Amino acid sequence: MVRLAAFGGVYSNHLALAAVLEDIERRGADRVWCLGDLGGFGPHPDRAAEILRGAGISMLRGNYDDSIGNDRADCACGYTDPRDNGFAQISYDYTVARTSSDHKAWMRGLPERHRIEAEGRRLLLCHGSPRRVNEFLWESACSDAFLEWLCDRHEADVILCTHTGIPWHRALPSGRHVVNVGAIGRPANDGRTGVWYAGLELDGGLEVEFRPVAYDHEALALEMEAERLPAEFAETIRTGWWTTCLENLPVRERRRGRH
Amino acid sequence: MSSPALSILPRQPAPRGESFPLQPLLHLDSLWIQVAGTSCNLRCTHCFVSAGPGEDRHALMARAEVQRHVAQGLALGVKEFYFTGGEPFVHPEMLDILADTLPHGPCTLLTNGTLFTERRLEELRRLGGGARFSLEIRVSLDGPGPEEHDTFRGRGAFARTLEGLLALEHHGLLPIVTATQGPGDDALELRERYVRMLREAGLRRPRLKLLPLFRLGREAARTRGYQAVETLADLPPESIDPARLQCSSCRAVTSRGVFVCPLLVDEPAARMGRTLGESLGAFRLAHGACFTCYVTGMTCGNA
Ligand code: SF4
Ligand code: SF4
Ligand SMILES: [Fe+2]
Repeated sequence: MVRLAAFGGVYSNHLALAAVLEDIERRGADRVWCLGDLGGFGPHPDRAAEILRGAGISMLRGNYDDSIGNDRADCACGYTDPRDNGFAQISYDYTVARTSSDHKAWMRGLPERHRIEAEGRRLLLCHGSPRRVNEFLWESACSDAFLEWLCDRHEADVILCTHTGIPWHRALPSGRHVVNVGAIGRPANDGRTGVWYAGLELDGGLEVEFRPVAYDHEALALEMEAERLPAEFAETIRTGWWTTCLENLPVRERRRGRH
Repeated sequence: MSSPALSILPRQPAPRGESFPLQPLLHLDSLWIQVAGTSCNLRCTHCFVSAGPGEDRHALMARAEVQRHVAQGLALGVKEFYFTGGEPFVHPEMLDILADTLPHGPCTLLTNGTLFTERRLEELRRLGGGARFSLEIRVSLDGPGPEEHDTFRGRGAFARTLEGLLALEHHGLLPIVTATQGPGDDALELRERYVRMLREAGLRRPRLKLLPLFRLGREAARTRGYQAVETLADLPPESIDPARLQCSSCRAVTSRGVFVCPLLVDEPAARMGRTLGESLGAFRLAHGACFTCYVTGMTCGNA
C-alpha cells in the first residue's frame, strides 16, 4: 500500500501550512506533495517558503510560483473579471516584493508536473490541469467525457490537481480518477475557517479522503491586517466565505457560498 | 448544402491574397448548439446573428438532432455545452433538451430573459438543483439603464429583463448578466456601474461577464462593419497564441452545419462541415471578428 498526502494553494498561509504538515506527520504518509502556488493572498511570503523547504516537501511550480520566480508582471491566475484581477494584483505586488531572491530561484527550478507509478497505477500530479498550469478544473464544470479525455491524452490513471481552491474527487466510469486536492491557504468557501488537504491510499483500489485542518486563523487575519492587506481577505479567513476572486466560480459552487 | 440567404448579409471584403494565421482546434472544450436557429421574440437593432420573429436562415433544431450532436461531442471529450439562438425559449422543447443534456455535462443557456414563465422557472430550478453539473443561465443587457437597452431591443425590454433576472435569482439560478464593453470603456468602472444597478434593482448576488463589441450581423449594418486594417493578415505566427482564441477549443452547430465558432455562423467560409467529425480541422483567421478576438483575448464562454 502507498499513502500519499497532497495539498496545494498555500497562498502564504504559513500557519495553515504548519498545521497541515503536523496533521500529515501524525497520520503518516509515504510521500507528500505540494501542487504549487506557495504565495499570494496571505502575509509574509517567505515564512511559508521556509517551512516548506525546511521540511523537505516536494513541490510543483504553480502559476504563482512561475510568476514570482520569474518576476513576471502578474500572477497569471487566469481570472477574467476586472474586480478579481484588481485584488489578485494587490496580492501579487505585495508577494513579489517580499519574496527573497533565493526562494525565487528555487521556484523557477520546480517541475511543472510529476509522475508517480504506484500499485500499478499511473499518477499524474499537476497544478491546474495536465494541459495548462492555470486551467480551472471545477467539479461542476467538467463532464466525465472531458476528464476521461484528459486521462487518455496524458496517459494517467489518477490526475491530481489544485488551483481552484475547492476540493473534489471523481471516480470516472473507466475506473480512473481525478482529484482536486483543494487549497490550504484560504478556506474552501464552505463557511468553515479550517482548510482541506487530500490523503490518498492506493492498494487494490484508491481511497481518497479530504481531511479538515483547523489552525489559528485569527492570528493570520491579524497578521494580514497588520500588513495592510485588503480587509476582504481577512474577512474570508475569519468567515470561511470567499469575498474576492470568485467570479469564475460555476453556479453550483457559487450557490454553496455566501457572496 | 446551399446557403442562398447568407449572401444578403454584410460580409467582410474578400481577402486579397494575404496570408492569415492558421488556427488549429486543440481540443473541443465547448460545443455551441444554436437550438433556436435565428428565431427570436425580439428583433434587436444590434443583434450579431440578425435574429427575430420569423427569421429562419438557421432553423430550429429538432431534439433528436441535438441529441446526436451532444453524443458526438461527448465522444470527442467535450467539456461543456452552450445553447443559443436567437432565443432558446422559442424552442418548444428547450427544457427537454436541457433535461437530456445536463446529466452528461455542464450546460449554459443564453437567453434574452423575457420569456420566463413560472412553469419554466420551476423546471429550471429543478434541473439545475438536481444535476451534478452546473446549469448556467446567461442574460444580456445593453446598458446599466433602460435608455440604451430599450433603444436596441424595444420599449419595456429592460424592465422585463430585470424582472426575469430577479425571478431567476429567486429560483436559485444565479444568472450571469452579459454586457458589452466598448473600446473606450474601463472594465472595472463598467463592472461597478452594472453591479450597482443590479443591486439596486434587488439582485443579491449579481454576476457579470463583459464581452467586446463584434461588428457582425445587424450591428455591422447599424454602425459599421470591419475595416481593412482590422485584420490578422500577415501577422507573424509567433505573435499569436492559438490557445488564447476560443476557436482553438470550440465549434458551433446550427441547422446548417458546423461552424468554427458561435460568432461566425453567418459566414459561409466559417462552415467547417456537416458533422462535428468533419469540422476538426484548422481554420484561417481571415475575418474581421478574429481581429476583435485577438485584440481583446475574449471568449464567448462563461469564464
Ligand atoms: S440580440 Fe438576442 S434577443 Fe436580440 S434579436 Fe438577437 S438573439 Fe434576439
Ligand atoms: S471570430 Fe474569434 S473565435 Fe471566431 S474564428 Fe475568429 S478568432 Fe476564432
Ligand atoms: Fe494557481
